[in-house]
Amino acid sequence: MSDKQDNANAYWKENIKYLAILLVIWFVVSFGCGILFREELDTIRLGGFKLGFWFAQQGSIYVFVILIFVYVRLMNKLDRKYGYDE
Amino acid sequence: MSVQFWTWLLVGITFALYFGIAIWARAGSTKEFYVAGGGVSPLANGMATAADWMSAASFISMAGIISFSGYDGSVYLMGWTGGYVLLALLLAPYLRKFGKFTVPDFIGDRYYSNTARTVAVICALIVSFTYVAGQMRGVGIVFSQFLQVDINLGVLIGMTVVLTFALLGGMKGITYTQVAQYCVLIFAFMVPAFFISMQMTGNIIPQIGMGGKVEGGAFLLDKLDLLHTELGFNEYTSGTKSTWDVFAITLALMTGTAGLPHVIVRFFTVPKVKDARKSAGYALLLIAILYTTAPAIAVFSRTNLIETVSNKEYKEIPEWFKNWENTGLIAWADKNGDGKIQYVAGSALSSKKPMYTDARGASGERMVSNASDAENELYVDRDIMVLANPEIANLPNWVIALVAAGGLAAALSTAAGLLLVISTSISHDLIKKQLKPDISDKNELTAARISIFVAILIAGYFGINPPGFVAAVVALAFGLAAASFFPAIILGIFDKRMNSQGAISGMIVGIVLMLFYMMKFKLDMFGGGTSEDWWFGTSPEGFGTIAMCVNIVISLVVSRMTPAPPQDVQDMVESIRIPSGAGEASDH
Repeated sequence: MSDKQDNANAYWKENIKYLAILLVIWFVVSFGCGILFREELDTIRLGGFKLGFWFAQQGSIYVFVILIFVYVRLMNKLDRKYGYDE
Repeated sequence: MSVQFWTWLLVGITFALYFGIAIWARAGSTKEFYVAGGGVSPLANGMATAADWMSAASFISMAGIISFSGYDGSVYLMGWTGGYVLLALLLAPYLRKFGKFTVPDFIGDRYYSNTARTVAVICALIVSFTYVAGQMRGVGIVFSQFLQVDINLGVLIGMTVVLTFALLGGMKGITYTQVAQYCVLIFAFMVPAFFISMQMTGNIIPQIGMGGKVEGGAFLLDKLDLLHTELGFNEYTSGTKSTWDVFAITLALMTGTAGLPHVIVRFFTVPKVKDARKSAGYALLLIAILYTTAPAIAVFSRTNLIETVSNKEYKEIPEWFKNWENTGLIAWADKNGDGKIQYVAGSALSSKKPMYTDARGASGERMVSNASDAENELYVDRDIMVLANPEIANLPNWVIALVAAGGLAAALSTAAGLLLVISTSISHDLIKKQLKPDISDKNELTAARISIFVAILIAGYFGINPPGFVAAVVALAFGLAAASFFPAIILGIFDKRMNSQGAISGMIVGIVLMLFYMMKFKLDMFGGGTSEDWWFGTSPEGFGTIAMCVNIVISLVVSRMTPAPPQDVQDMVESIRIPSGAGEASDH
């Protein structure tokens, strides 16, 4: 295997690692906090909101936006590290 | 000045703006026509994507649906935004690197098979047509409601406008028009929300006002829960669907939206892979503004509605109530003859829509012939919550007119994006790639323009004569996309060993299973069935999740039992995983 190929494989591996971490967060805020554990979280209050309800209708969406921008930053850094930026 | 004057003025100004942009951004080549020349900046592309994504359904219906279903409405909020994360992380950068014009292009090349390409084209056409018919209907409703134009004439006006900027500019014209439409629609959605939030909670930001306190010191949401319980409805913040069903519907909507062809194609219009990622970020940010405001509007309007009508004399009711009654979206049957409106849980009518007789009742209300035995006396169409909200809250006339212009912007921008996908599917994926590969650039462009023209005629026809099953099918279009496209694209990128046998058998089994379930439980075929008979308690809306899992399992199993894909395809997969050297989206 050439160096070029090794470089590409290492890049892909790190990429997959980032994706896995980000998607776990994605799952936890929406399916976790907003659906599966909603009733437990609803006993906690955030101002006028029950917490589970807040995650389902507000919180998960804010986290989604943040996730994409974090992904953009991580990937830009990764591209530079492996010399794929242009 | 009257609402009607303001509406004509604002709709006139915005339409003139769209036409101006279309003329300025004329397309000269197929590349400009399909992907706007590949030179759109990430922010502009983000705005265009957001406008493309937010349809008449997001603008007009979503807040209304949440308003009437409370917590259950969360499936749309999380589903339609969470799908975006999947799109941005798992699809957009790789499809941009792949660098062709369309989704069927990817499927066809990745699975080195024209069968796969054809299956993808058919799926894209089905999804796009059901969508676009709904948009045309939305345009018709706004015209008839606010401008007292006949609903069919409204559809025709909408068709003409979309046709003009789609024909002239292709993707380039559509992209820049959508940028303008995003600005119009978000302004129109937010202004009334600011006003009402201020009015009800003293906080101008609706996202905060929703959790704020009302006069008297109680929290707004607690007050609404209390009102709901008193009137016999389910608690607003709890909902009625089972946890599993909410889970399944949300996942089906997420994976379905990530597979929508008219949104994916957006990421071919930016110059680099880096820009594709960034523009997905902008798009979701811009979408989130509307999606976090909608649940706040839902709470405000629900509370306002209950307080304005519950146990009030019909004779004292504000003017808007009677206006919407006249257009057939509100109905009241004075079942106990006390002249007051009893609004409690239960269906006021024995069928879905009110059937009015010509007579007026003792209080002057429009009589209906299909009142039910339930105690509830009031029927309110969910679609009016956003449109009537400014009137219910007594906002100035120009704000009411603004909502009409915003609804039109939302419907037109989505319709334009879908029509482009339809025409590309026909002129590029079918004619150029399969029937007549030697077609010249100029003739392909002509073919694309002719197919837009034909597509809009068909869409307009369905807008004017909506078939009864459209509503059922639109809700399930997501399930179909989830069951077919999504696994094929994801596996095509992340599983190098996936071959055509695996992907094709997965897609076919997935879509057939989904169609079967949908026909059985929605259209009463194959013996029909009620919610008691649902498999694992999954509603047809959520079944896409199961069909998708079946698709993935079958694809994996079949692909491991058949030969690996050819070396050049494996090399292609290697190459799309690396961001550099994307070049421009092109034919070859």
